[in-house]
Amino acid sequence: MAYYKSYVMVWIALIVLTGATVGVSFLNLGLWNAAVALVIASTKATLVGLYFMHLRHEIKLVIGFALFPLLFLALIIIGTLSDTMTR
Amino acid sequence: MSQTESYLAHKGFKSWALTMDHKRIGVMYLVTTHLFFLIGGFLALLLRLKLLSPGPALFSAHTYDVLFTMHGAMMIFLFIIPAIPSSLGNFFIPLLIGARDVAFPKLNLFSYYLFVSGILVILISLVQPIDTGWTFYTPFSAENSAAVTTVSFGLFLVGMSSILTGLNFIVTIHTLRAPGMTWYRLPLFIWGMYGTSVIQVLSTPVIGITFLLLVAERLFGVGFFDPAKGGDPLLFQHFFWFYSHPVVYVMILPAMGIISEVIPCFARKPIFGYKAIAYSALAIAFISFLVWGHHMFVSGMSTTAGVIFSFLTFFVAVPTGMKIFNWIATLYKGSISLDSPMLWALTFIFLFIIGGLTGLFLGSLATDVHVHDTYFLVAHFHYTMMGGTVMGLFSGLHYWYPKITGRMLDERWAKHAWWMIVVGFNVTFFPMFILGMQGMPRRYAEYPAKYHSLNVLATVGSWLLAVGIVIMFANFIRSLNRGAIAPANPWEALTLEWQVPSPPPEENFEVIPTVTDWPYSYGKETGDTRGK
Ligand SMILES: [Cu+2]
Repeated sequence: MAYYKSYVMVWIALIVLTGATVGVSFLNLGLWNAAVALVIASTKATLVGLYFMHLRHEIKLVIGFALFPLLFLALIIIGTLSDTMTR
Repeated sequence: MSQTESYLAHKGFKSWALTMDHKRIGVMYLVTTHLFFLIGGFLALLLRLKLLSPGPALFSAHTYDVLFTMHGAMMIFLFIIPAIPSSLGNFFIPLLIGARDVAFPKLNLFSYYLFVSGILVILISLVQPIDTGWTFYTPFSAENSAAVTTVSFGLFLVGMSSILTGLNFIVTIHTLRAPGMTWYRLPLFIWGMYGTSVIQVLSTPVIGITFLLLVAERLFGVGFFDPAKGGDPLLFQHFFWFYSHPVVYVMILPAMGIISEVIPCFARKPIFGYKAIAYSALAIAFISFLVWGHHMFVSGMSTTAGVIFSFLTFFVAVPTGMKIFNWIATLYKGSISLDSPMLWALTFIFLFIIGGLTGLFLGSLATDVHVHDTYFLVAHFHYTMMGGTVMGLFSGLHYWYPKITGRMLDERWAKHAWWMIVVGFNVTFFPMFILGMQGMPRRYAEYPAKYHSLNVLATVGSWLLAVGIVIMFANFIRSLNRGAIAPANPWEALTLEWQVPSPPPEENFEVIPTVTDWPYSYGKETGDTRGK
C-alpha cells in the first residue's frame, strides 16, 4: 500500500511542477526564464527516473547506465557553446 | 522439435514473420539491408553515368539532386548503419558468447518491424522525393516543398529500431555470456559490437529529437533554426553531426570487429595486442562524441570552436592506428592463407588506411578550407565506408556464409568478384582525390571540361565495380542450393559459433559451453602461441 502511495505522491508533485512551469512562463525573468524552466523540468525527469522507472530500487550497474548519458548531454552543450559563445 | 534441428528447418512465411530467433531476424535484416545496398548502388551507377558528360545529359539537375540524396540516405540509413550490427551482429553475438538468444527476443523482432515501417514511410515520401542531400541542412530543409517531414518521420522509426537493437546487444553482452566467458575472453567482434551499441543508444536519440525539431519548424514555424525568429541554422548542424559523426563509428567498429576475427584465423596466429584492440574500440566510441565540429569548419562556426574540434579530431587517429598496427603485427610471420574472407580483410586494411589518412586532411582546419565540399571528401568517405566498412562486411559475409547457410561459397568465383571489385573500386574513387584537389565541387550535375577525363575514368570504374558486385551476389544466391555442404568448422576457427553445426540448431547450443580459454590460441600446430 505504501508503495502505491509514493506513486501517487510523485504524480501529484509532477502536476504541481507542471503548474509551476506554466506559472513561471507568465513572469518576465529575462534569461532566468529558461534557467527556471530547465530546473523544473530536470526535477520532474529525476522524479520519473527514480520512482516511475524504479531507479531507486535498481542495482548499481543500472544506475550507472542511467547516469552515464548525462556526460554526453554535457558534451553536446559544451561543444555547441564553444561555437556560439566565441563567434 | 528436436534440439539439433537446424534453425532453417521450419518453412513458411509465418515461421519467419513471427520468429523470435536472433538468427532468423539477423537473416531478415541481412536481406533487407542488402536490397537497399543494391538499389543504392544502382542509383550511384546512374549518377556516374550522368557525369560521363560534363554538360547537360540524361536527366535534369534537379533529378540529379534527388538521386544523390536517395543514394546517400539509402546507403547510410538503410544499409550501412544496420548492415553489420543488425544482421551479422544479431546472428553472431549470441553464438559468439555462448547464449541461446539475445536478452530480449521479442524486442528484437519489434525492432525489425520498426525498421521496416520506417522504410515504408520513407517510400511514401517518393511521391515528392527530397533533394536536400542526406544531411538535411536547414534552412533549405525547413523551407523545402518536398516530403522532408515524411522522410524525417521514417528515419525517426529507423532510429528507434537502431536504439532498441543497441540496447538489446548491451544487455545481452552483459548478462548472457556463457560460464567462464570473462570480458577478456570475449571475441573481439563482441568488443566492437559493444562499442557500436553504446554509440547507437547514446547518439541516435539526438538525431530523433533533431528530426522532431525540424518537423516542428516545418509544420508550426517554431523557429529553432530560423534566425529571423531568434533561431540558429548552425544549431541544426551541431545536433545533426553530434549524431552523424559518432554514427560513422557505428558503421566502422563492427567491420573492425570482423577483421579482428578473420586476421588471426587465416594467419594461424594469436591476435596481437588483444586488450589494446578491445579498449581502442571503446576509446573510438568515446572520442567519436568529441569531434563533430569538424564537419562545420566552413559553415560559419567560430574559428575558436574550429581549432578545438580540429585538435580533438586528431585523437581519433590514435586508437584507429593502434588497431591497424595490431592487425599487421598479427600477420607478421603468420602462416597466411588467402581464402576469400582473408582477401577481403587485407583489402579492408589497405583501403581503410588510405581512407583514414585522407581524413586527416579534412580534419585539419587549414587544409579542410581548401578541400571541403569537393570530390576529395567524396573519395575519403567512400574509401572509409565502402573501402572500410563494406570490405569488412564482405569479409564477414564470406567468413560466416557457411555458418549461416550451411553451404560453402564457390571460392573461384569469390576471387573473380574480389578482383573486379578491388580494381573497380580504386578506378572509381581514386580519381576523385585528384579531382577534389583540383577543386571540383561535389553535388553538382555539371562540371567544367577540364575535369572530364578523370570523370570518364571514374565512371568506367563504376562499371567494373558493378560487375564485380553482381558476380559476388550471384555467387551468394547460387551457392544457397548448389554450394558444397559446409562442415561445422571449415576455417578451423576457435570461436564458439564454429563449434556447433552449420547451420546452427534453433537453440544454438545443446549444452551451454563452459569457456576456459580466449578464442585466439591459433598456431598450436606450429607451436607458436605468442601474444597469449
Ligand atoms: Cu566526422
